[in-house]
Amino acid sequence: MISGIFGEMILKGMSATMFKEGGRETIIETINAVLAEHGARRENLIPLLQEVQERLGYLPKPAMEEIASALGVPAVEVYGPATFYNAFRLHPPGDHQIKVCMGTACFMIGGQIALDSFERRLKIKLGETTPDRRFSLDQVACVGCCALAPVVVVDNLVEGHVTPTRVDGIILSFETQQGDGKGEQEA
Amino acid sequence: MSMLSTTEKTYQELRQKAEAKLAPLADKPLIWIGTATCGKAAGALEVREAFKEELKNKGVDARVMEVGCMGHCYAEPLAVIAKPGFPALCYGKVDEGLVKRLVDDFLVHDDPCYEFAMVALEANDIFPTFADFPRGVYEEKIILEQCGFIDPEDIDHYLAKDGYAALARVLDMESPQVIKEVKAANLRGRGGAGFPAGVKWEAVAGQAEQTRYVICNADEGDPGAFMDRSILESNPHLVVEGMIICAYAVGASHGYLYIRSEYPQAIRRVRTALQQARERGLLGNSILGSDFNFDLEIFAGAGAFVCGEGTALINSMEGKLGLPEHRPPRLSTAGLRGKPTVLNNVKTFAYVPLIIKKGAEWFKNTGTPGSPGTAVFALAGKVANPGLVEVPMGTTLRQLIYDVGQGIPGDKKFKAVQIGGPSGGCLPEAALDIPIDFDSLKEAGAIMGSGGVVILDEDDCMVRIARYFLKFTQQESCGKCTFCRLGTRHMLDILTAITRGEGKLSDLETLRELAEDVQAGSLCNLGKTAPNPVLTTLKYFYDEYRAHIKEKRCPALMCPDLIAYYIAPEKCSKLCNACVGSCPVEAVYTREDGLKAINQGKCVKCDNCLKACPFEYNAVIKLSPPSLLEEKERSTK
Ligand SMILES: Cc1cc2nc3c(=O)[nH]c(=O)nc-3n(C[C@H](O)[C@H](O)[C@H](O)COP(=O)(O)O)c2cc1C
Ligand code: FES
Repeated sequence: MISGIFGEMILKGMSATMFKEGGRETIIETINAVLAEHGARRENLIPLLQEVQERLGYLPKPAMEEIASALGVPAVEVYGPATFYNAFRLHPPGDHQIKVCMGTACFMIGGQIALDSFERRLKIKLGETTPDRRFSLDQVACVGCCALAPVVVVDNLVEGHVTPTRVDGIILSFETQQGDGKGEQEA
Repeated sequence: MSMLSTTEKTYQELRQKAEAKLAPLADKPLIWIGTATCGKAAGALEVREAFKEELKNKGVDARVMEVGCMGHCYAEPLAVIAKPGFPALCYGKVDEGLVKRLVDDFLVHDDPCYEFAMVALEANDIFPTFADFPRGVYEEKIILEQCGFIDPEDIDHYLAKDGYAALARVLDMESPQVIKEVKAANLRGRGGAGFPAGVKWEAVAGQAEQTRYVICNADEGDPGAFMDRSILESNPHLVVEGMIICAYAVGASHGYLYIRSEYPQAIRRVRTALQQARERGLLGNSILGSDFNFDLEIFAGAGAFVCGEGTALINSMEGKLGLPEHRPPRLSTAGLRGKPTVLNNVKTFAYVPLIIKKGAEWFKNTGTPGSPGTAVFALAGKVANPGLVEVPMGTTLRQLIYDVGQGIPGDKKFKAVQIGGPSGGCLPEAALDIPIDFDSLKEAGAIMGSGGVVILDEDDCMVRIARYFLKFTQQESCGKCTFCRLGTRHMLDILTAITRGEGKLSDLETLRELAEDVQAGSLCNLGKTAPNPVLTTLKYFYDEYRAHIKEKRCPALMCPDLIAYYIAPEKCSKLCNACVGSCPVEAVYTREDGLKAINQGKCVKCDNCLKACPFEYNAVIKLSPPSLLEEKERSTK
């Protein structure tokens, strides 16, 4: 039986996912709002895509098609930039985004080991989302905290000195929802 | 007394208002906390909350201010306490316990807890200042001077420290005069290439087309660098002022800051800065009461290293793919929307207000004749004091690493310094006396780059680092040029094979040939410089490549395919279970005789057991080549 905090969590997770999936209406609503704000100009394509992603969590195909038709360009002219730039996601992200720093310092001091550990624990590869959409795994370049290498950004919170043990801890804290995902801070 | 011009008068009013607002606060103790991204990561926000809480508990009337990055990353989170009657003192690695003590002992009672203080910010008779440390001796802060010491989200702090005074002066000058000053200073672009900024500005100012743009390149693509971000987070107005001055000099009425979207805090702080500058009449129409109009916008980059390149950057701003274009035409003739455009790096703009205020001659007093001024570096890797540093051009790498950075931590041996990021190179011990400037580093095969410096020690594998950078450029190659796209791919495959022990000696020749082809066959500097990390490691660390190939051995014990973890029975205590508990894949087990051992088939080489084994035993060791394992096991059976 699903109960208590756990049940709530699942429901929250579902509604978040449903919102992100969005029906066509949600998408069209969002696009119209964004276009109204930024102006439907070809030159604004990248800010438009950024804003849509900000609101929907990713760039669903229908959204890109809507933007293309609003700008009066063929859809490929939107797909192109959407796939060229690293910042855009074409798939819904997980509820928790884990980004492993692969900057030079972190790479040299165990970043790869941290990444391997996340891949092993979550059973997904870099750039993927777990089937239950709880976690997605990405990499970032130097977040400027090289002194704490290896560094992992968990839902916008920076964690330093991430050993495989700490990887287990991070995931466990979400699985039990007791922790807030915030790790030991470097003393 | 001379008559003040309108701009000067308007400026003085702004400044007086700022001073008047800040003056009454000087009687109160002030606590400032570094909350740039690096500080936050180390827990600065928790420290801020702890201070607020404790001040409330103890009923102390003090102000807590958030500042940017002071550059001492190794000691984050940092807090400075300025209490009237005491020198301002800086405390490192602050935690809640220390917060409690500082509030109680220092703010309530008058004991500054010197035993916890790191440094005093102003000269005094009791406690050393930065100038008393080697780092302080070599460092010369020009553009970082106020980073970490003013509130980046309050323009009045900048104004009160002479901020925007250079702009006020410039508005009373003829624009060619401004260009002349920047040219005389020989300010070379800090984005990597070192092109003289004044020459660029002059070219734009001389165009017939009257619509012109000024763009600040804050794309900071080097994966190991964070100087530009720190400056934007710590003192955004310095860059904004530099841009306005440039716009006045070249006659632009619109400009952009192209900031990578991975830097949300920098974007936020710059946005606040622009807003406040507009409210004060420092941006927008008739700036400081003059007839000069200029406004700035932020463009958030969408994450592509190649977009740091000028033409690609322009393409992405126009909503296209970020592909570099043939030059000429240069940006100064046909840049954004085909109009003349100045593109400079964050740091380049940051020097401008100071050059205007203090003059070209002052600027040239620092640094070398060919590369005047200072260089800003993000020191990282195996160095005792990593952080953001600013040293005069001409400082040697040795001084940078051993005096400013305080050398290599532990008893490890220095191996190499990687400078210039993916376009730079790895230099060995023998190159440490090279002075840092645009030209000397190039001769050694590296580049000045935008300022990323990573120190490597004996535990770092040079083949792996070469492969790391090549993988980066290979992934970031936009694919336009065949050699860059396929040549880097082929080079990467070879390097991957070598790190797996599957390389051949003849591969090294192939690598060199490919490197030449990629250099020659690429349009932009991404491809032209991509082979540098490989070429420099081949040149200076050939033996390591050879060991990987001939002996299947990784001398630094780093390449996972060429090492094995082993628990030395003569060292294992039997009694502790640290390694067994630490293994994420249950590869470490207890043998019947109580000794611990590793099931090699399961081992994922995560290093956990080695770290877990108490140092008094140090029983877990790495072996390379893995074939040594059989020998060991045979001898102990
Ligand atoms: C692949 C590539 C990436 C670059 N990335 C940056 C960057 O992140 N920041 C930067 O200021 N310049 C970068 N540059 C250099 C710019 O093309 C340009 O030279 C610079 O912004 C000009 O400013 P400056 O003269 O002030 O250095 C890059 C160049 C290349 C080829
Ligand atoms: S390399 Fe990871 S924070 Fe700098």
